Amino acid sequence: MIIKTIKNIPGSEITDPLVFQQRRTIIKAMAAMMLTGTSMRNSWGDTAKQIWSAVPKSRFSADALTITPADHAKNYNNYYELAFNKEDPSSLAQSLRIDPWSVEIGGEVEKPGTYQLEDILRQQTLQEYIYRFRCVEAWSMVVPWVGFELGDLLKTAKPLSSAKFVKLTSVQQPEAMPKQRNNAMLEWPYVEGLRIDEAMHPLTILAVGMYGDILPKQNGAPLRLVVPWKYGFKSIKAVVKIELLKRPPISSWNKFAPNEYGFYANVNPDVPHPRWSQNSERPLGSGFFTPRRQTELFNGYGEQVAYLYRDMDLRHFF
Amino acid sequence: MAMQINNLRSLTIAVCFIPLLWVFFDIAFDNLGPNQMQALHIRLGDWALRFLWITLAITPVQTVTKWRGMTDYRQLFGLFAFFYASLHVLAYLAVDQVFAWRIIGIDILESSYIWFGLIAYIIIFSLGITSSKAAKKSLGKSWKKLHRFIYIAAGAAMIHYFWQLKGNLAEPLFYLLIIFMLLGFRAVIWFKNKQLSQMMIPKGRASIDTEAD
Repeated sequence: MIIKTIKNIPGSEITDPLVFQQRRTIIKAMAAMMLTGTSMRNSWGDTAKQIWSAVPKSRFSADALTITPADHAKNYNNYYELAFNKEDPSSLAQSLRIDPWSVEIGGEVEKPGTYQLEDILRQQTLQEYIYRFRCVEAWSMVVPWVGFELGDLLKTAKPLSSAKFVKLTSVQQPEAMPKQRNNAMLEWPYVEGLRIDEAMHPLTILAVGMYGDILPKQNGAPLRLVVPWKYGFKSIKAVVKIELLKRPPISSWNKFAPNEYGFYANVNPDVPHPRWSQNSERPLGSGFFTPRRQTELFNGYGEQVAYLYRDMDLRHFF
Repeated sequence: MAMQINNLRSLTIAVCFIPLLWVFFDIAFDNLGPNQMQALHIRLGDWALRFLWITLAITPVQTVTKWRGMTDYRQLFGLFAFFYASLHVLAYLAVDQVFAWRIIGIDILESSYIWFGLIAYIIIFSLGITSSKAAKKSLGKSWKKLHRFIYIAAGAAMIHYFWQLKGNLAEPLFYLLIIFMLLGFRAVIWFKNKQLSQMMIPKGRASIDTEAD
């Protein structure tokens, strides 16, 4: 029997040097919080904001001129736990509880554990990633995310060689999520999956912010996946659990309609959805009498990711 | 009396144009949201469907209320379904695709939900252009047969609507719709027959149709 005499100091209690240096800012922020009546919890939000005042831009970023107006990205959301339309999630999401937030990492790893989000944020290098986002419903946008590489987080848990797939699980909060409460449409909580090489790819990020601010709740706060070369439904929101697995997980949409939504869900104009074409897309905010945008293979990230699927029949593995 | 009826008819026509004015209002004040093209499609398509349902409801309502003056309104509402469906198609071709025929071709070929929309529109178009009294006369008996296709159009329009949603709810709803239509059809006939047997057949109406139309 092992008796632990020395209690480990949880990471959340260690003061980060950066935070220590910025204590004046923190004191000011605390004063402001007291004035505005905001609660003073150990909040990841403050950590995030302190760090990303000057985040560098990722080398994969798209042209900043093409960025979709923030209001569009914040008010046109697919969040099926909340509603099946795109107008209601922005208001319904506000009752979600996202602070405090922790992420469990487990499965085929050397160091499984549950990490507080603020600890993860202190550990990771945040960057801005201006990515194209293509929904399976044939609309698209360009979003400046703030986040870090999923691969960097996975490495901290030391994946074993048996880890071939990554399963991500979304939050279960039926009291705040009407469609979870009613068990409607999909099986909850929402689950997504990636192959390990997809998950470790430098384009694959976990986002905590967008448009230079903390992620709005309806956009998947506090932590969401963004895989820019796949259809939007792969980019799971409000991640609470990350498991490394030997076998491929079954994602929520794949389970709901396996002939319509595949495990890979790579953006591909030549492989139509069984009920509609994927050849072109409608960028959000575009005016009338503007032709649709031609959809690109791997959403235009082919140069970076095509090698992952070299010998695969993309029609079969859709 | 005739004046009153004409007033009611004019009022009805004016009311039927309100959804279109509403669309123009929302376009002018930028109320259609981030994906305004999609919003326009849905708005016009929804109104085409609603007028289709109103048109289909006239016969049963007529049977129940025994009011015979509604046939003209059935034609009117049917024409408004045709009108909004035409705007819906036109918006797709002109406002959305800007007549890019190659892309339109690919889109239609690869999108089965559009096939059903197309079937519905071809039927509604045929019914629309043969809705006049003159056409009814010249088509004779086949007019009724042709216009019974409205049930096919309604079914196709429903599939068109549901098949563009991400979650495919169409299959259960499709069967529900068929059952609903078959039962509705029979209910109307049953109701009419029952009424006919109960009430005296008015003079000059001896050849009244016992079929739903």
